[in-house]
Amino acid sequence: MKKIIALLLAAVMMMTACAAMADEAFIIGSIGPTTGPYAQYGSAVENAAKLVAEEINALGGIQFTVLGEDDQGDGELAVNAYNKLMDEGMDILLGTVTSGACMAVASVANEERLFMLTPSASNDLVNQSGDQIFQVCFTDSNQGAGSAEWIKANRPDAKVGIIYNNALDYSIGITNSFENTAAKIGLEIIAKSAFSDDAAADFSVQVAAMKDAGVDFVFLPIYYTPAITILTQAKAADYAPTFFGVDGMDGVLEVEGLDKDLVQGVYMLTPFDATATDEMTVNFVTKYVERYGATPNQFAADAYDGMYILKLAIETAGLTADMSYEDMCEKLVAVMPTLQYKGLTGDMTWSADGTVSKLPNAVMIEGDHYVSAE
Amino acid sequence: MISFLSHLVNGLSLGSVYAIIALGYSMVYGIAKMLNFAHGDVIMVGAYISFCASQYWGLSPLVSVLCAMVVCTVLGIIIERLAYKPLRQAGSLAVLITAIGVSYLLQNLALLIWGANPKVFSSVIGFEGFTVFDGQLKITGEVVVTVITCVAVMLLLTWFTGKTRTGRAIRAVSEDKGAAQLMGINVNFSISLTFAIGSFLAAIAGVLLCSSYNTLMPTTGSMPGIKAFTAAVFGGIGSIPGAMLGGILLGLIEIFGRAYISTELADAIVFAVLIIILLVKPSGLLGKNVQEKV
Repeated sequence: MKKIIALLLAAVMMMTACAAMADEAFIIGSIGPTTGPYAQYGSAVENAAKLVAEEINALGGIQFTVLGEDDQGDGELAVNAYNKLMDEGMDILLGTVTSGACMAVASVANEERLFMLTPSASNDLVNQSGDQIFQVCFTDSNQGAGSAEWIKANRPDAKVGIIYNNALDYSIGITNSFENTAAKIGLEIIAKSAFSDDAAADFSVQVAAMKDAGVDFVFLPIYYTPAITILTQAKAADYAPTFFGVDGMDGVLEVEGLDKDLVQGVYMLTPFDATATDEMTVNFVTKYVERYGATPNQFAADAYDGMYILKLAIETAGLTADMSYEDMCEKLVAVMPTLQYKGLTGDMTWSADGTVSKLPNAVMIEGDHYVSAE
Repeated sequence: MISFLSHLVNGLSLGSVYAIIALGYSMVYGIAKMLNFAHGDVIMVGAYISFCASQYWGLSPLVSVLCAMVVCTVLGIIIERLAYKPLRQAGSLAVLITAIGVSYLLQNLALLIWGANPKVFSSVIGFEGFTVFDGQLKITGEVVVTVITCVAVMLLLTWFTGKTRTGRAIRAVSEDKGAAQLMGINVNFSISLTFAIGSFLAAIAGVLLCSSYNTLMPTTGSMPGIKAFTAAVFGGIGSIPGAMLGGILLGLIEIFGRAYISTELADAIVFAVLIIILLVKPSGLLGKNVQEKV
């Protein structure tokens, strides 16, 4: 009996301790894949969010506590992670990192009225999963359309081919909008080849399909891991077209062991450049490298912006940490479309449906950094 | 025609990697009657060790491969001692679940040690390759070395299990553990040795796999591991030439399926073929049809 009473007392004390913590600081949940094949993206977001929270807390004003959970990029695990964080008193969700998981969480969060700001879930359907979800990154359709327009404007004679991942919402979304825009503006696509995640080891067939069709400009709306293998196998087949990636290609230069010759002259559309020399980028990159021993990728930059956007939104809406998450959500939803934010990944404003508007930026790899491709 | 030949070459190369992995699966299954699901992850460890040896410690490619072989062999023996040996009398399900556990353990240890970011594995093969048909078809050094290694490994293993005393002891244990023990064969040593050989082959497979398809992540070994397991079943699990045949056929089916049927359905085709083969010939292509005596 004594033991039970002692346990109960301990539980009550813990709960009051938690409640006290919740009253002082905003609890920001971060859900993303920190293990599994997409682990580099989720880890980058969580790392950056924690780093920024310290930076903001040191200023003395608004206080943030970041709680991270792993979802391996999977919808079901993401909802579990969401429920766990809700039990721990989450006020706002900075997440989730991948589109598929984000949509799964958004529909639950929409019913429960929890505000979500996703740093990197770029699928167009993400915003349609709820009115309380906003994006930091481009939507996939913006990227696809932007890429097609850039190619039409800068390489009008290109014989374009696409290699995409048909098991990834991100890749399918960009591919679809790329094709639609290309059809509208008269950019011809002469070959298209897909792969699926599980078979992402050998691309000799896809590379051969491009080569045989006479493609001289390969569009790669995929992440950099398979892209590296595609570049290697193209080289092995003596095939040297121009490669054009999207923001998933960002971070390729930081991959350990990469032969930099392989990626020379590769183009990509990305809002973040870790080698930029403005004060904000230098400050963030230095701190991140110091703490985590790796150069931040675009996902980290998106999370950095995400945290500062939350800070700006909280200040503008006049929130306090003791409010309920439902009240916070209503105020934040109202205030988001009025904000103007200047961050690492560009100048941003939001429409009421949660889509961000910022300029796409085409770069080319030269040596070990990006140069403007215009 | 040229594109057909180029697919053939790529299929042979991929198939040879599957075959080397499948040989490891098959040997271990033959003697321990267990599916070592951690085999694919030993491949990944081998590739990481070779990567570290050449990138961080500045060793030559050949020495880095030797490092990987030594580490994997030791790792295989340790895994067997700690995870499987205590379960030798337990049911096969317990061992199977343990193997899956070891697989996740290795993956997550790799995640802890080397991090989530992929690494690019630079090929350990210095030989550039050559072109045939007036430069229309290029055969890379990786393809040549992979195929030769695969055949050499198969021949060596056949010789080892057929002609040497230790090899015959392994076969005896695989046929009847109790009788082998009564004949004075050290059963535990034979099983450990098999795991050592299997893991040694995994190191070779890891280095060859990553030399051809050069990104290295903690999950790198899992899909090739599953495909190679399929190949081993396809060829007749427990049979050495069967594993080789199954691996090469699987690689060819995968590449040709992707080239001429659909790039998206390649895996579905591979596993559909497996189902058909198992329906027609349940013991696999070269498997022995052993009658259970009651």
